[in-house]
Amino acid sequence: MSFPWANEYKPGHPLMQWLDEKLPLPRFVYNAVGAGYPVPRNLNYMWNFGVLAGFCLMLQIVTGVILAMHYAANAGVAFDSVEHIMRDVNWGWMLRYAHANGASAFFVVVYIHIFRGFFYSSYKAPREMIWLLGVVIFLLMMATAFMGYVLPWGQMSFWGAKVITGLFSAIPLIGDPLQQWLLGGFAPDNAALNRFFSLHFLLPFVIAGVIILHIWALHIPGSSNPTGIEVKQESDTVPFHPYYTAKDGFGLGIFLILYCAVLFFAPNMLGHPDNYIAANPLSTPAHIVPEWYFWPFYAILRAFTADFFFIPAKLMGVLAMFSAILVWFFLPWLDTSPVRSGHYRPLFRKFFWILLVDVIVLGYCGGSPAETKYVLISQIAATYYFLHFLVILPLVSSIEKPEPLPFSITEAVLGKDEGAVLNATPAAA
Amino acid sequence: MADEASIDPAEVTGEGVRRRDFINIAAVSFAGVGGLAVLYPLVSQMSASADVLAESSTEIDVSAIAPGQAIKAVFRKQPVFVRNLTPTEISEADKVDAASLRDPQTLDERTKEGKKNWLITMGVCTHLGCVPLGAGEGEVKGEFGGYFCPCHGSVYDTAARIRKGPAPKNLEVPPYEFTSDTVVKIG
Ligand code: HEM
Ligand code: FES
Repeated sequence: MSFPWANEYKPGHPLMQWLDEKLPLPRFVYNAVGAGYPVPRNLNYMWNFGVLAGFCLMLQIVTGVILAMHYAANAGVAFDSVEHIMRDVNWGWMLRYAHANGASAFFVVVYIHIFRGFFYSSYKAPREMIWLLGVVIFLLMMATAFMGYVLPWGQMSFWGAKVITGLFSAIPLIGDPLQQWLLGGFAPDNAALNRFFSLHFLLPFVIAGVIILHIWALHIPGSSNPTGIEVKQESDTVPFHPYYTAKDGFGLGIFLILYCAVLFFAPNMLGHPDNYIAANPLSTPAHIVPEWYFWPFYAILRAFTADFFFIPAKLMGVLAMFSAILVWFFLPWLDTSPVRSGHYRPLFRKFFWILLVDVIVLGYCGGSPAETKYVLISQIAATYYFLHFLVILPLVSSIEKPEPLPFSITEAVLGKDEGAVLNATPAAA
Repeated sequence: MADEASIDPAEVTGEGVRRRDFINIAAVSFAGVGGLAVLYPLVSQMSASADVLAESSTEIDVSAIAPGQAIKAVFRKQPVFVRNLTPTEISEADKVDAASLRDPQTLDERTKEGKKNWLITMGVCTHLGCVPLGAGEGEVKGEFGGYFCPCHGSVYDTAARIRKGPAPKNLEVPPYEFTSDTVVKIG
């Protein structure tokens, strides 16, 4: 779906006319990301991150498929095969660093994308489905990245696999058999490594599929925008191409500069030295932590150290960790304010920034050793995290007095909107 | 087959229950059962395979382990702690009122008769499966003198019982027996 004033695709060359009749793929592209897709004229750089996330996925698939040509998923040789990639394969070091840091870049981009959604309440009607699919993509990404990190079969790989599959053992009754089923044994070994490789290869393509649904759902109402008010008229929009292809292209350039800076000058900055030690099932590294992008959730997991009523501490931690993401599914119905954008919601805006700080604090604690002070801070921060979504958001929505909204996107951008006068009279459409 | 007179009016009008409904339900149900039957091997293949499950046992000579010392052995590819408790460690474990513990057990229940000094447990934290510290030379033993898991801070006492932190259970005691005074067979 699109706005009635969208440009229409007109194939020029006879070959393109022929193609348009048989398989209108160019028409599809034209209407999806070309001049035939009208987009609000006021999108800021926060709207670049969807395209960047798509780019990261392509990057991971290209580098990943190449790594898979040299990697061997067998517990006996996996670690050596990664070293072989690093030392012997032509450009192998670059491809592996590109893939490992590509995963980090992907999460940076997706976290910004998600927090953009929080600030501008992009999850609100009519865009709930886009948001729900986004949360599904995030869960799939976490699964993919976790299994990818196991593949090099270093110490962190091994103990990460053990601890994360151990989460499932917290489930009453079926927990232990479930963990053994997931691992195909009592501890991570060949069976686990092989299935993780198989799924790590598969899941990115599942993600690609869900992304198609995500964008399909997006193209029904069209993009939201920083004012949060809907498009009313042609002057509120510009065609995606060339306006946003150019803006996204510029954003991609900045992204690539930062990405390459890390890739070529600090490729191990975000990694963990223990993962350059081959997996040893008999000794746990003194300080095991997951990759940085899991830290906030890991902190929530560790925040539960005592039994909670009748629920054991271990199960409670696991439930809380998963709930921390699952609560996002309910966001469209927890935030009941009719105003979308944080720009016009003075109270909501403050709590948005507090939430951001809270998540950063959780992340910091999650990456620190399990010492009393960090656990204590995690407990406070985790409590606040759930308070934000379950209590503060609904409450703020009902007591807050939003600031006045502009009449239209055009007025927000130009300071005046001729259409506003016309639209004020009922006769005008 | 039905003759003219016995034709169900529903069959003609297309309303109510038709014989075709029965065929539909039967066919779909059968396909559903078939689908489930196919699913079973697809799910079951993930479980531990025969070679992983194959009875494995480990024999350990404990004669060289002095009181206060412990070694790590391997059982089912996981670490086992074999620890020779000192008399103080034993009395410390006995002093505790077992009923007050998260996973109530006495040291006697966790060791073999007449071999109370031999504490043999899996070296697998019952929280999320890390190897606790305390068995190796010079490793921290935690505030209860047993084991300390660095992953999320679970603390075990000298009977390897959970005393503090997120782990729900005591370190598991694997099946084992003394085949002679100095040899233990685990598994
Ligand atoms: C959603 C996209 C993906 C993410 C987030 C991701 C993430 C990761 C991560 C974090 C690692 C560990 C890197 C390290 O420390 O060495 C890894 C390794 C690996 N991945 Fe991916 N990956 C993705 C897609 C793919 C795809 C599509 C393939 C293959 C078709 C693939 C193949 C591999 C291989 C062979 C390794 C092991 C080599 C190595 O450790 O560098 N990945 N992946
Ligand atoms: S695995 Fe031992 S405390 Fe979590």
